[in-house]
Amino acid sequence: MFLIHCPYCGEDREEEEFHAAGEAHIARPLDPDACSDEEWGNYLYFRRNPRGLHRELWVHVAGCGKYFNIARDTASYQIHGSYRIGERFTWSDAEDSAAP
Amino acid sequence: MSIDPNYLRANQGFRLADGGRIDRGDPLIFSFAGRRLMGYRGDTLASALLANGVRIVGRSFKYARPRGIVCAGVEEPNAILQIGGREETQTPNVRATEQPLIDGMVTRPVNGWPNADADLMSIFGSLGGALMTPGFYYKTFMFPASRWESYEWFIRRAAGLGKSSKLPDPDRYDHMNHHVDVLVVGAGPTGLAAALAASESGKRVLLIDERSEAGGSLLWSGDADKYAWGEAIDAMLPMQWVANAVRRLDANPQVARLTHTTVTGYHDHNFLTAWERRDDTCAFSGSDTVPGTRQRLHKIRAASVVLATGAHERPLVFANNDLPGCMTASAVSEYIRRYAVIPGNRLVVMTANDGGYRAAFDWKQAGREVVAVIDPRHDPDSSAIQQAREAGITVLTGSALVEARGRKGVTGALVAPINKLATFVTGDTRLLACDTIATSGGWSPAVHLSCHTGSRPVWDDAAIGFVPGPTTERRYAGGSLLGHHALAQCLADGTEIGAQACSVYSDEQREGSIAASVPQVQSSNTTEAAPMALFAVPHPKPSSRAPKQFVDFQNDVTAAGIEQSTREGFESIEHVKRYNALGFGTDQGKTGNVNGMAIVARALGKTLPEVGTTVFRPNYTPVTMGAVGGAHVRELFDPERYTPMHRWHVKAGAEFENVGQWKRPWYYPQGNESMSEAIAREQLATRNGVGILDASTLGKIDIRGPDAREFLARVYTNSWAKLAPGRCRYGLMCGEDGMVMDDGVTACLADDHFHMTTTTGGAAHVLSWLELWQQTEWPELDIFFTSVTDQWATISIAGPNSRALLDELTDDIDLSAEAFGFMDFRTGHVAGIAARVFRISFTGDLSYEINVPAHHGQTVWDALFNCGERYGLTPYGTETMHVLRAEKGFIIVGQDTDGSVTPYDLDHGWAVAGNKPFSFIGKRGMQRSDCTREERKQLVGLKCSDPNTVIPEGAQAVRDPAQPIPMSMVGHVTSSYYSAFLGRSIAMGVIKGGLKRKGEKVYFPLADGRTLEATLCDPVFLDPEGARGKV
Ligand SMILES: [Zn+2]
Repeated sequence: MFLIHCPYCGEDREEEEFHAAGEAHIARPLDPDACSDEEWGNYLYFRRNPRGLHRELWVHVAGCGKYFNIARDTASYQIHGSYRIGERFTWSDAEDSAAP
Repeated sequence: MSIDPNYLRANQGFRLADGGRIDRGDPLIFSFAGRRLMGYRGDTLASALLANGVRIVGRSFKYARPRGIVCAGVEEPNAILQIGGREETQTPNVRATEQPLIDGMVTRPVNGWPNADADLMSIFGSLGGALMTPGFYYKTFMFPASRWESYEWFIRRAAGLGKSSKLPDPDRYDHMNHHVDVLVVGAGPTGLAAALAASESGKRVLLIDERSEAGGSLLWSGDADKYAWGEAIDAMLPMQWVANAVRRLDANPQVARLTHTTVTGYHDHNFLTAWERRDDTCAFSGSDTVPGTRQRLHKIRAASVVLATGAHERPLVFANNDLPGCMTASAVSEYIRRYAVIPGNRLVVMTANDGGYRAAFDWKQAGREVVAVIDPRHDPDSSAIQQAREAGITVLTGSALVEARGRKGVTGALVAPINKLATFVTGDTRLLACDTIATSGGWSPAVHLSCHTGSRPVWDDAAIGFVPGPTTERRYAGGSLLGHHALAQCLADGTEIGAQACSVYSDEQREGSIAASVPQVQSSNTTEAAPMALFAVPHPKPSSRAPKQFVDFQNDVTAAGIEQSTREGFESIEHVKRYNALGFGTDQGKTGNVNGMAIVARALGKTLPEVGTTVFRPNYTPVTMGAVGGAHVRELFDPERYTPMHRWHVKAGAEFENVGQWKRPWYYPQGNESMSEAIAREQLATRNGVGILDASTLGKIDIRGPDAREFLARVYTNSWAKLAPGRCRYGLMCGEDGMVMDDGVTACLADDHFHMTTTTGGAAHVLSWLELWQQTEWPELDIFFTSVTDQWATISIAGPNSRALLDELTDDIDLSAEAFGFMDFRTGHVAGIAARVFRISFTGDLSYEINVPAHHGQTVWDALFNCGERYGLTPYGTETMHVLRAEKGFIIVGQDTDGSVTPYDLDHGWAVAGNKPFSFIGKRGMQRSDCTREERKQLVGLKCSDPNTVIPEGAQAVRDPAQPIPMSMVGHVTSSYYSAFLGRSIAMGVIKGGLKRKGEKVYFPLADGRTLEATLCDPVFLDPEGARGKV
């Protein structure tokens, strides 16, 4: 059971108040009609699913209702940071070279 | 029948005259396997059994060998009993070594039938050597089925440890949450020292221990006055120091302490669960249940965790080591010192370390004979050995106890000299007569909790055991958990990690808390001889020929079995464990795992760390389902949602259907009506007069903001640009993959204000979906969503009389067809209540949906019935609603769709506006090449050739009923009903290429042998022109 910091509420709360919503920073193509089937399929279905550092979208569904991002290690389950939509999060340079 | 207490007291032939932490003034009478016995308050069930000379507590799982009590704590593999005073409180799988004795307790063994002493299973067991080889279960399952049946009877009788009651549990359980700065697991010397150090920082500290009182190993070791191996802490007797520590902790308001509570799980981010046995008195004794909580599950979030879980003594593996009377050395000491119970009269000790000598001292102190201490070490020298010799105890070094002798219990020990590496026997054996054998192979740190979050234990040569591996959690470990068994070291460890655990806050506190003083130990045990890493003792014969040498008592895993599996080619410890079921009992192999790994290592010629590690998962000990469920049972198991008119439906005799958490009226049977009769009546009354449906469960979302219209155009497939205030529109919502996700009618209240409805089950998901897009992709759109599902009561009246009925209750809404047309929306008053009325229809008939504030719902509902009689107003439920909508070919998302259906598959292309400026959600997805294939499954009507037969929903369609199996399936039925109004069955289904194939036949081969024939048709069975609704 994670302890998750909601960057909007400003509090550490129990995981049961949140839902995971998949990998973060998957931008919708600006012109979907111009996408090939393959490009659209990549946007829809293909995710990095790394072992290690990962940025994820979560929603504080039983709290403020806000979507936000967390930077989490999928092997150790450590959460390195929570940040709002529109913000960026960087690990140290060495760590981040593993991330896209 | 009354029993003379003096007789029962006298029966405790193995109870010492004095000593122990028991209350001889509080005798407790209990039963074991039907026998009445006596013990004292302070006893565990195990100590009371031993006091009464009960040596056999069960039969082993595979071989049906008699088994006795081995340990004195949580690691006990054998004394797993069935306890319960009544049928409904039967509790299997209780460790007698942990269960406090209760007056009136009813207990019995689980694995011996008809009784543990003389067991039919032993017949089976005597065949066992040949029959029940390693991998028995895997091999058995590969036999022909006919062979399996002959085993099944035995396995069903033998498998499992006891039985659960099938009656409802009458007791109460609950959960409690804790948020603490420091959680200390284990109240032995290390944990107490840690809790003391942590508590001085002023932080919130929770100290938990599985035993009924604090003290850990001090409960049975180190008593300076009476015993040869004496220890004192800060010049106090060890248990005095414990009492003093507990007093200090209990006086601190920031410290909470739980006893008889097992921390069973260590989960991510320092979330731990602990299982507290508060009061099993009523359940186990058969008296009436009293109010109060029997067991409690604690959910603990801790800033830092101190693990002081100690270690479990490993019994040595030798031939016939499972005979009743073979125990661990520390258990012998604990029974003598803590419970004043002597397990026998003549003791042989075999120990590979100095600690095992304690058992001999305690035995001698109790006035019984110590036959010999067998020490495999060659010429060891230490205080303990010197003291033993001074006390006149025979010590045989360089020797091993290779085999126990006896049938139902130990009667002798076979001893032989061994080589220095303890790999083979070097001389003749001699038999020592004895009735108890105490062994110590060393101590396995209780690393279980440290593994739960994925950290793997690492082998420590000095500790001769696995110790906790690295972790990312804020976790501290000390004492015997690290292999530090000396009392002084445990206290020093505890003080240090207790202070460290508080220091996560600031440096200042770290300095402050490190000042906490380390308790000082005075000990007569001044020199120690190095322990020997001995696991399996050699025998003059190879282990395949020697009597069985047990490694895992619960699953009857033997050294020979493990060696055989390595010969069969198993090399990975994970495979060997599974093949032999090593460590798969309810004790998770607490005593057997390391011994088993050592035998694998020996067989493979590897070192123990090369063989691998052993990882434990939650839970540390089995937890009752009652505690897991807590108060979430019966009506609190899952929340139920009721509409404002729920009580009316109950009174009207409605049968209810669960839709998500909602209770919806399913149908309203009258008198002796069957379900189909009720539905036919409701349906005809609605089609011919007027019916009324409670539609309050529909999801409702209030949408406001200048960009609301633009937003709707992006999330719905159709166009919203021109929807005027006062108008409604049906919309389909798709995922980005182009598949239908939800549908509903949305009304325009004002240019910047809309009222969206969703399916009953989809409401929460749709709101999250809208928020997702607004928050993450289009934050520039100025718009807010509010769930108003529970704020509005929604009453749908449908049928040709609905206008006349509504007209009686409103004077400010013009209901004429010209003023209030189909898909219009009006505000006004109904029965004097401010209402939003939508002229929409899910039946195809003239219909109004009246929305009023929820707390007025019943008023309006009643008002409709007050004047409804003359119009034939009839309540109908969800089943009739389904028939009515299916007659019109209206879909239900989630029933006629399954996440793989596009609007075009539903022939709902009319609801898709491909020319909208913004590429709405789902548009690109539904244009992918696979979504435009011609042979996709498409929604069509299905007319069964026999109009009286309703095709089962889910039935698979084939084109050629004569095709041999496996047949080519071309689709399935999604909705199917009998329509009383049409006088025939109707159905819808998704059929490959169905839209082009109307008029063709498909067949439904059913499980019962029938094959139904149906014709593909338009799904609108009633009034295809739509005349009925537009009056
Ligand atoms: Zn929040």
